[in-house]
Amino acid sequence: MADTARDAPPEQTDFHELEDGEELFPEPATTQESQPASLAAEDISTNSNGPKQDSLFDDDPEDLFAEATEEVSLDSPERDVLLSDGPSPAITPITPPTSVITPRIGHTHDDMFTHSSFDEIEEEEGGDSFDIHISVSDPEKVGEYMTSMSLFKRNEFAVKRRFSDFLGLHSKLASKYLHIGYIVPPAPEKSIVGMTKVKVGKEDQSSNEFVEKRRSALERYLMRTVKHPILLKDPDVLQFLESSELPRAVSTQALSSAGLLRMVNKAADAVNKMTIKMNESDAWFEEKQQHFENLDVQLRKLHTSVESLVCHRKELSVNTAQFAKSAAMLGNSEDHTALSRALSQLAEVEEKIDQLHQDQANADFYLFSELLGDYVRLLTAVKGVFDHRMKTWQKWQDSQMLLQKKREAEAKLQFTNKPDKLQQAKDEIKELEGKVQQGERDFEQISKTIRKEVSRFEKERVKDFKTIIIKYLESLVQTQQQVNKTVSDIFHHN
Amino acid sequence: MMQEGLDDGPDFLSEEDRGPRAVNVDLQTDAMLQVDISDALSERDKVKFTVHTKSTLPNFKQNEFSVVRQHEEFIWLHDSFVENEEYAGYIIPPAPPRPDFDASREKLQKLGEGEGSMTKEEFTKMKQELEAEYLAIFKKTVAMHEVFLCRVAAHPVLRKDLNFHVFLEYNQDLSVRGKNKKEKLEDFFKNVVKSADGVLVAGVKDVDDFFEHEKTFLLEYHNRVKDASAKSDRMIRSHKNAADDINRIASSLYTLGTQDSTDLCKFFLKVSELFEKTRKIEARIAADEDLKLADLLKYYLRESQAAKDLLYRRSRALVDYENANKALDKARAKNRDVLQAETSQQLCCHKFEKISESAKQELIDFKTRRVAAFRKNLVELAELELKHAKGNLQLLQGCLGILKGNT
Repeated sequence: MADTARDAPPEQTDFHELEDGEELFPEPATTQESQPASLAAEDISTNSNGPKQDSLFDDDPEDLFAEATEEVSLDSPERDVLLSDGPSPAITPITPPTSVITPRIGHTHDDMFTHSSFDEIEEEEGGDSFDIHISVSDPEKVGEYMTSMSLFKRNEFAVKRRFSDFLGLHSKLASKYLHIGYIVPPAPEKSIVGMTKVKVGKEDQSSNEFVEKRRSALERYLMRTVKHPILLKDPDVLQFLESSELPRAVSTQALSSAGLLRMVNKAADAVNKMTIKMNESDAWFEEKQQHFENLDVQLRKLHTSVESLVCHRKELSVNTAQFAKSAAMLGNSEDHTALSRALSQLAEVEEKIDQLHQDQANADFYLFSELLGDYVRLLTAVKGVFDHRMKTWQKWQDSQMLLQKKREAEAKLQFTNKPDKLQQAKDEIKELEGKVQQGERDFEQISKTIRKEVSRFEKERVKDFKTIIIKYLESLVQTQQQVNKTVSDIFHHN
Repeated sequence: MMQEGLDDGPDFLSEEDRGPRAVNVDLQTDAMLQVDISDALSERDKVKFTVHTKSTLPNFKQNEFSVVRQHEEFIWLHDSFVENEEYAGYIIPPAPPRPDFDASREKLQKLGEGEGSMTKEEFTKMKQELEAEYLAIFKKTVAMHEVFLCRVAAHPVLRKDLNFHVFLEYNQDLSVRGKNKKEKLEDFFKNVVKSADGVLVAGVKDVDDFFEHEKTFLLEYHNRVKDASAKSDRMIRSHKNAADDINRIASSLYTLGTQDSTDLCKFFLKVSELFEKTRKIEARIAADEDLKLADLLKYYLRESQAAKDLLYRRSRALVDYENANKALDKARAKNRDVLQAETSQQLCCHKFEKISESAKQELIDFKTRRVAAFRKNLVELAELELKHAKGNLQLLQGCLGILKGNT
């Protein structure tokens, strides 16, 4: 599996951000037993996947640890980085999806899909499995790439996960973190139509594309999740990335009762949101909310346009191919030899160009369109977080009002001669005071968290867009260069 | 005013036949006849062409004059050629297609309706786009009508046609109305009969190798040109659609750029600018393909049909001739109406031979024109595509350099 995208990762700085000065695990320098669980997971990987992977993990686990320890002690200032990256199932370097796609599609993906996964799909509903290759990429080691090669390989492991597992992970994370203000990346959406086609066994272009689209989406989802410093430490995430067996996430089926319940809750939330009138004391929040609203609108529009471009470019490719054939036929029937030759050349050129159009359409899609789609969904999560803050505020206000009422009631009771009731009232008031204080703390906490999250999100956003746009432009340049070469060749032939 | 558009226009004729560029010199009578469309006006659903003539022919009252003609009058002229028995042996220059602004008008209307849903900049931009499209269609229709007239003026026999002279000179409305429903229906039936007859006649094997070859060739060629024309249209349409999308993307990026408070704003604005420019180039490429390729194919579709029609007329005359021969033999055998049969046979023979003679030359000329036109247009197209491709690449690389430098 070392074949998959092991180019020197350009975006190494990510890992420093990841860091945040927090160590994920205790010193590995101590005993082997205290080695983080994930290193043990490497053993698991030997029996998780197909025979292909076994060869890579022949090494004696003992050596593995020893070497890791060695590495650690050698470079103490980098120990932190190693700690955060080494044991944890870190991220594959941010390579353009296109370069990652090719090895997978041709390679393990197909095998997994046609053999084992197929059987599994038959039994289960709403699931398919993908091989996500996660590897340790140690930014500090890039320079010493050669020497740390073996460590690199050994920190690679793979687990099999179903689509519903991803959804399950997301729902767990959402329930844990959304309401306290963390922006949890949303998981890819279920598509009943697409999935049915695949299950039925249609091995055609569109179902292949669907599978690839989903694989790419899941990869991006996972990358975003592990990039989040808090989420990365979450035991559910770690379990997801490491353990060979996950309990099945039942509540993620599209048409399940849990699903319906979720939809009802969402509707209720929407209604509530409309009724909450918050006194925004902090202009920052108001400004940010507006900013995200605007961004949402614009990104959606842009996304639609890019999707349309993808569609039209694909059409263009098909039509160019047809025209090429037609021109060739015309050249055949033309009885003037020179003209006939010229027409055939035209046909050839057009054929080459049609392939280039097709490739460009793919780049359009995977680079640009999917990025936009992801961000549109992310913004929903962001807005959700702001909504939770409002709810928290509301809760606090409610407790305060209740406290007020109870105090008034208590004051009234003072004049009556009911010592029990009075005592009860005093107790309630004490309880409520505690609640109010808690509510205030919660509110301040979520506000603080949101501020941090938003700034992190914005940084990520800037980086993501810059990177992807540059990659996209590079793909355009590449295509254009090839087109130019093809066109100028006509003149050389003439 | 429309002259400059002609440079952009399709060039279906070889250099010698092209009206406004070269002076037509009729070597036989040493008289010049030069026709062009110097102006055109688009009113709601009509286009008025100003046909300008320069001639030293004695038939005309003046040496230089202009009249205003509408599309129906061109059709009338064309049909008069077709119906004239004298011209049976010539390839009648194909009639120009009707000016069709419907699609463009519809788009402009839709734009007007959707004005509320887009920003002012977007609206102005799209409006400019559509207006440019309208102008392009307009220029094209002018070019097509002009090409027709030039072909007629260049033809040694057709240029002397009386109807043609009336068309050029009579400065009143020719009162040629478009065909009414009854006439259109008659036309339809005539066509049905003709194609059925054409099939019968085509089955007759020709003694002459040249014509036999031409028949087979033209049939196949015509069909393939039709196919190529349809496919090229689709391809160009997709190209235009993609260019439109890039336009919208550029607008969205611009809005994002102006709204964004982070580092990204400069990024977005730069990329938006880039896409604006590349979009223009993409649209230009599509337009060039349209003019040099699609229009070329469409024209030769029509002309190859006209050539087929010529062959049909010749075959028809051949069949008539053969029938007349048979009738003569029968008459001689029965010794009745022999003189009548003889005259009839002689007429048919004469007609057939006349057609055959001119047809051969016409078909050879057709091939020469066709090859020259294709060569010219394809070379020009390739040169333009290369120019645009290089331009595009420069833009992309330039922008990429700037963006990378910034990050």
